[in-house]
Amino acid sequence: MNEKEYSKYVEGRAKKSPILKNCAFAFLIGGTICTLGQGFFHLYTFLGMDELDARTLVSVTLIFITTLLTGFGVFDNIARFAGAGTLVPITGFANAVASEAIDSKSEGFIPGVGAKIFTIAGPVILYGTFFGAIYGVIYYFITLIWG
Amino acid sequence: MDIFFDYFWAFVLGGGLCVIAQILIDKTKLTPAKILVGYVCIGVVLTSVGAYEPLVKLAGCGATVPLSGFGYAIANGVKTAVEEKGLLGALTGGIGATAGGITASICFGLLASFVFSSKPKR
Repeated sequence: MNEKEYSKYVEGRAKKSPILKNCAFAFLIGGTICTLGQGFFHLYTFLGMDELDARTLVSVTLIFITTLLTGFGVFDNIARFAGAGTLVPITGFANAVASEAIDSKSEGFIPGVGAKIFTIAGPVILYGTFFGAIYGVIYYFITLIWG
Repeated sequence: MDIFFDYFWAFVLGGGLCVIAQILIDKTKLTPAKILVGYVCIGVVLTSVGAYEPLVKLAGCGATVPLSGFGYAIANGVKTAVEEKGLLGALTGGIGATAGGITASICFGLLASFVFSSKPKR
């Protein structure tokens, strides 16, 4: 069996991923996380925060919870059936950061934790910031021209 | 009743954004990392053309908690900073607006690495 035949064989045998079930879990768990965030948002604005600060604090709250659950090894169990439901909310970002940090501890704190903590966070921050900066330049010249 | 719809739309939009990513994972070869980067970039682009703000008005955290909301915060921060400081704002606004989230995740992550050890994968 050559390589091509083998990969065809593997593809044929690969379990058909139950997409409908995956999507249902992603919807329910992703929706629940956002609703939980909305609850915190109401609480923080009720306590007198402005909306922008409240949104930041909602992120920080969800990040804190995720980091704890990741540390205790609970997050992976949820993520296994939640799929994109835990990946897409800020919890996925926080989990990527925390699990890389914890897993690379054995490689030391500078080359290990210090570098690996940005394995997922780095690209996200880089490309988000890059497109944001481009938007800023365009927006600046648009307001300059049309005032 | 208003508050009920706040939660309703947060659930529906937040869940919906996750379903789109789930379909991408199941139907394409996109890795989770690429999906996260994609969501942030799309969030920036949609916000800059004014298409994301209505979603935030409607669904609140349903739009801001998913990673596209991270892009929304970047673009909004850039816009405000450019209005205040001119061109320099294009460089300071993005990370400035997301500093809370970024700092929280890397600092909590570092603290977690002090406290916890990696568990064998099951």
